Amino acid sequence: MKLDVRLFARARDAAGAERITVDLPAGARVADLRTALAEQSPNLRPLAPCLLVAIGTDYADDSVVLLPQSDVACFPPVSGG
Amino acid sequence: MQRLTEDPIDFAALTESVRSTDSGAVVLFLGTVREMTEGRRTDSLDYEAFGPMAQKKLDEIEAEVRRRWPLDRVAIVHRIGRMELGEVSVAVAVSAAHRGEAFEAARYVIDTLKQTVPIWKKENWHDGTSEWAHPGVESTGSNRGTSP
Repeated sequence: MKLDVRLFARARDAAGAERITVDLPAGARVADLRTALAEQSPNLRPLAPCLLVAIGTDYADDSVVLLPQSDVACFPPVSGG
Repeated sequence: MQRLTEDPIDFAALTESVRSTDSGAVVLFLGTVREMTEGRRTDSLDYEAFGPMAQKKLDEIEAEVRRRWPLDRVAIVHRIGRMELGEVSVAVAVSAAHRGEAFEAARYVIDTLKQTVPIWKKENWHDGTSEWAHPGVESTGSNRGTSP
């Protein structure tokens, strides 16, 4: 399945794009997405271990299974305030 | 209630919006743009948000703070975009019958916001470089000339 992943802040700058399309096998989990992002965009590799993943408007941990229709966003730790 | 704005935060109006005769205490917290960070001089900050998720997380923070403390009114606004030194990036106003819960609740809101709400800050240093702040992530050094 192909997932269109939104990127923010340093992750977006590192990838050089606001969205990145990742090809994952059916049943892939958030942890697999992290690995795929690092492989696809080497500039994301140093960030990959700390990237937070959101599906829709909620955080998703590494064990969550991704679906073709999942609305996925990926970003480094937040720094608002 | 509006949570994110690109406009300057009218914190006097925000404070007024939480006042009522049910409350004996109003606490206002402002986050403002600081010039010096660990010896480095900042010219301005750029804030970016994942809007729909930030809105939802702020709604969740309000629900949780109301669950934990008996509050009258709660108002939380975060500004997005470029802010110059001294400008207000975030405002939290809380009212309650007594000061104890108002202070504790305001502290909880800003602490939780900084940990969970998808908003990011970029330092535009005085030396012309800029850098995203990502707590716990090693600095990549500075990217000269990058802009939002």
